[in-house]
Amino acid sequence: MENFTPYSALFGGILIGLGTSLFMLLNGRIAGISGMLKGLLPPSTVLDNSWRVAFVIGLVSAGLAYQTLVPTQSLPVENTSPIILVLGGLLVGFGTAMGSGCTSGHGVCGLSRFSLRSLIATVIFLSTGIVTVYVLRHLI
Amino acid sequence: MMKQILAALVSGFIFGIGLMVSQMTNPDKVLNFLDVTGQWDPSLLLVLGGAVVTTTLFYRRIFLIKTPLLETRFYLPETTVIDRALILGALLFGIGWGLIGYCPGPAIASLGVRFYDPLIAVSAMIVGMIGYQFIFQRKND
Repeated sequence: MENFTPYSALFGGILIGLGTSLFMLLNGRIAGISGMLKGLLPPSTVLDNSWRVAFVIGLVSAGLAYQTLVPTQSLPVENTSPIILVLGGLLVGFGTAMGSGCTSGHGVCGLSRFSLRSLIATVIFLSTGIVTVYVLRHLI
Repeated sequence: MMKQILAALVSGFIFGIGLMVSQMTNPDKVLNFLDVTGQWDPSLLLVLGGAVVTTTLFYRRIFLIKTPLLETRFYLPETTVIDRALILGALLFGIGWGLIGYCPGPAIASLGVRFYDPLIAVSAMIVGMIGYQFIFQRKND
């Protein structure tokens, strides 16, 4: 438990909730990142994608701004093998497209709307994530 | 139109700062959360809990108004059926998440922080999404 960071975790979580809530209040939409990404890709026929692009730019610029202004946070070592990154990324992309959501859409927005679909999805992806890490770190 | 774009930009920015503050953008921290039998780091429970409680409280108030402030209606998912796609999709997503410690939001926010890993991860996610769409011939709405 020596890595436990309760205050930054809770504060960051509240900020995620505020961004999600603001988006619903103003734009009336779910802040589901995989759904936004999917909406930007072929064969999507949505004509107006500007809000999706804007949200994604907001995410990237937040990463850039925070890292520039608060450089004390140590960067994680980039030591994941490219093969694992590609395989994992493909599964995340394919799985979130098939399951209509990820940690943000199902985990945050769905649970906050008391959606049974999202609860089931969240329990499943947390479980298979835990099993995958168990296999990788403790069995192999 | 300009207002909606600006609102999306600001919402995404606040969301992204939340991801950075909570270190969701650090895949090692995410994997330590999923490692329940090892050096378990429960921080992500508080991230999710903080986000869900905050959003639940605000959503309740927001849904009392007829329309959002900048749009003519709310765009909410209408599907309620628990189907094989939901279950299999979540299952595959969890395996990928456990492999790399990146889910879509943090991976995208990380593009502004460091380059190679998030770029490979996000590119692969995009390929995976397009692959799913073409295999199953579904039109996105």
